[in-house]
Amino acid sequence: MADIAGKTQKNPRVPMPEQEPKVRARNFLEVPTGYTMKMAQEEAARCLQCKKPGCVTGCPVGVDIPGFIDLIVQGDMSGAIRHLWKMNALPAVCGRVCPQEIQCEGQCIVGKKGQPVAIGNLERFCADYEREHGTGELPPKQPSTGKKVAVVGSGPSGLTVAGDLIVKGHDVTIYEAFHKPGGVLVYGIPEFRLPKAIVAQEVNFLERLGVKVECNAVVGRTVSLDELFAEGYEAIYVGVGAGLPKFMNLPGENLVGILSANEYLTRANLMKAYQFPDVDTPIPHGKNVVVLGAGNVAMDSARTAMRLGAETVKIVYRRSRDEMPARKAEIHHAEEEGIEMCLLTNPTRYLGNEKGRLTGMECLRMELGEPDASGRRRPVPIKGSEFQVDCDLCIVAVGSGANPLLTSETSDMQLNKWGYVVTDPATGKTTKKGVWAGGDIVTGAATVILAMGAGRQAADSIHNYLTLGW
Amino acid sequence: MFKIVRRQEMTGGTVILNEIEAPLIAKKARPGQFVILKANENGERIPLTMADSDPEKGTITIIYMVVGKSTALFRDLQVGDSYQDVIGPLGKATHLEKVGKVICVGGGTGVAVLHPITRGLKEIGNDVTCIIGARTKDLLILEDEMKKASHDLRVCTDDGTYGHHGFVTQVMQEVLDAGDVKLVVAIGPVPMMKAVSKITKDYNVPTMVSLNPIMVDGTGMCGGCRVTIGGETKFACVDGPEFDGHQVDFDELMMRLQAYQEDERDSHQHYCTIRDAK
Ligand SMILES: Cc1cc2nc3c(=O)[nH]c(=O)nc-3n(C[C@H](O)[C@H](O)[C@H](O)COP(=O)(O)OP(=O)(O)OC[C@H]3O[C@@H](n4cnc5c(N)ncnc54)[C@H](O)[C@@H]3O)c2cc1C
Ligand SMILES: Cc1cc2nc3c(=O)[nH]c(=O)nc-3n(C[C@H](O)[C@H](O)[C@H](O)COP(=O)(O)OP(=O)(O)OC[C@H]3O[C@@H](n4cnc5c(N)ncnc54)[C@H](O)[C@@H]3O)c2cc1C
Ligand code: SF4
Ligand code: SF4
Ligand code: FES
Repeated sequence: MADIAGKTQKNPRVPMPEQEPKVRARNFLEVPTGYTMKMAQEEAARCLQCKKPGCVTGCPVGVDIPGFIDLIVQGDMSGAIRHLWKMNALPAVCGRVCPQEIQCEGQCIVGKKGQPVAIGNLERFCADYEREHGTGELPPKQPSTGKKVAVVGSGPSGLTVAGDLIVKGHDVTIYEAFHKPGGVLVYGIPEFRLPKAIVAQEVNFLERLGVKVECNAVVGRTVSLDELFAEGYEAIYVGVGAGLPKFMNLPGENLVGILSANEYLTRANLMKAYQFPDVDTPIPHGKNVVVLGAGNVAMDSARTAMRLGAETVKIVYRRSRDEMPARKAEIHHAEEEGIEMCLLTNPTRYLGNEKGRLTGMECLRMELGEPDASGRRRPVPIKGSEFQVDCDLCIVAVGSGANPLLTSETSDMQLNKWGYVVTDPATGKTTKKGVWAGGDIVTGAATVILAMGAGRQAADSIHNYLTLGW
Repeated sequence: MFKIVRRQEMTGGTVILNEIEAPLIAKKARPGQFVILKANENGERIPLTMADSDPEKGTITIIYMVVGKSTALFRDLQVGDSYQDVIGPLGKATHLEKVGKVICVGGGTGVAVLHPITRGLKEIGNDVTCIIGARTKDLLILEDEMKKASHDLRVCTDDGTYGHHGFVTQVMQEVLDAGDVKLVVAIGPVPMMKAVSKITKDYNVPTMVSLNPIMVDGTGMCGGCRVTIGGETKFACVDGPEFDGHQVDFDELMMRLQAYQEDERDSHQHYCTIRDAK
């Protein structure tokens, strides 16, 4: 991020120290190592404390950015984190994974002429400081209302709902299908970008507040929404994410050595397969790895493959660099670590051997044609440009859809044509009485902060319902 | 934590039965469904079919063959010990219907999976012939239970140490020749299910098999369990595990089951060395 624009300027941002690319490309430790207090205060001093701050309008949940930054300048770290928590329950996470360049930092006035204030880095610093030096004091809780709320799914959106409602005095239980809570934060985003100890601590914080977490509960199978109501829950929040892997439907897709990013990252992160055989779950170690797609999920897969010892890792993407949906910082980190970008390249089929194992793939070169409905220039294949890429592992990271496991068991909850839950945009209410939904299961795969924003909105609406009525 | 309340060794300790406290799952479990178990913090998520469930007692029963590291780890758990995680019930329940004459064919630990299905088919009024097989007499499981669950039990061993000398497919063919069979259910090693399906296709008898690809989540989220059915990709954990045997690409399934063979062997050895050193 430090050299985001590559410009030399009078007032550059304070770079966050990070592990050397060569070293970090072979370990799973976090890449940026964090500011010191001195660095943070120096960076905080770059903020102009705007009266009409653009940065705040760029943040989907409206964090009072000049407010918390001013508290860092004053050295009041306890005040800074408490100020952040008012709008954002997971600053340690957002500071690390928000696409700041198109959100808060993208609107920062200082960024108009040079590098914007490093808002994400500062947010992360406050949260890390609290974790290392804080008193661990819990926020005040309203007296108990005796009302029970169930939250389905423990991703950022479910965690936000749980945190908001527990302090309002409700009795909250989270039901999570996996054996560990955290959603994509634990099974998707890798350790080197978001250490799992941080997520565990956030969950532990909620548990200390009184939130109950029931893992291994696949709602729709172990228990249904109606059964939860029968058990005495008065409101339910559905935040089950967009956990359905998309494949490309190319010939040869079921060869051994082709995995969805969901499977690959779940093995690596949730199951900690990079420690095999000290842990029991294996993961394929590719020598020559191809990753299809160019979003955050693709970058995470590619960087994981490198850390697992690959000799070459290629990102294959059919559009050009400008259209790559990943955060700029991730693309930059990936390239530094030696990952090749094969742009304007489209796979057409997989090649395998007699044992059913992947040996390579055939691709076509593309060129940019007329703009399509999204305004992006549509890639069109160049005739006769077929070529082969040797690979023994291919990770498919071309997006995800709505997982029907819960929704197909809940016939009175309306879905749209892609299987996502239909909600009232102002409240998060679904068409089923007493049920709210938010996050990726409503919007399709989006971002952590949007999932949290939806959670906050629904929590407010649930609180109104429990105190005033539907 | 999910406590083991009963443990039984079969076939000289290569097949183990565990009855486990899991009240929520026991309440919901239907024949044909499975659970995913994880022994401890570092454990792998292993799918096993429920051989039985008791909603009153709040327990489920699994029967598994010790084949690699994770099942070896499971074998070391005694009555009073617990699995850290048990998730379920997963997969679609068997569609049980009264059709008339039915053959249930089981091999290896597939017999355990077949047991509740056989019982269910009999209970709703089908005429059930059951054929079970094993390599040799000592590896046969649940003979008495299968006798009770069906009208007619035939036993085969590959080496002729007990019952019919030969494969289950030969006996099945005799029963098919007698005519009128409306459904075959076959559960066991992949080559057995493949052979059964090939024969029943010639007889034009609908055939149901239960597939066991490698799984991670069991909820349709990873796609690791994909199988090809009639040319289409399906996720066995949510679309199955039971499928029309005439549509299954068994060769692909066999190759996909080998995906981690070398890693698994190393891991199992690693585990045995550590355990034996203790
Ligand atoms: C690899 C990867 C990298 C990403 N990188 C970024 C990034 O850098 N920045 C960013 O902002 N966003 C990123 N995202 C997107 C972001 O993580 C998601 O938008 C966000 O996590 C969605 O939150 P959620 O709470 O809606 O769902 P999720 O985080 O998906 O959580 C849903 C939870 O519900 C559980 N669940 C599902 N079904 C059931 C059921 N039937 N019963 C009980 N529980 C159930 C799931 O197991 C899961 O734990 C990334 C996503 C991935 C996959
Ligand atoms: C839905 C489902 C239901 C199942 N029900 C039962 C059951 O009731 N009883 C039972 O004994 N087994 C059952 N299995 C198979 C069982 O899950 C595997 O035997 C187990 O995962 C092996 O783990 P391991 O670590 O001990 O051995 P590994 O070291 O992982 O494997 C050892 C050998 O077993 C093969 N193998 C690996 N995974 C599987 C698998 N999923 N299925 C078959 N072979 C595999 C490998 O190719 C290898 O050769 C079921 C599988 C599925 C998917
Ligand atoms: S939550 Fe995200 S977008 Fe908002 S200020 Fe923090 S880093 Fe920026
Ligand atoms: S826009 Fe930039 S300079 Fe202005 S308040 Fe926000 S962070 Fe500070
Ligand atoms: S086991 Fe992951 S989709 Fe079936």
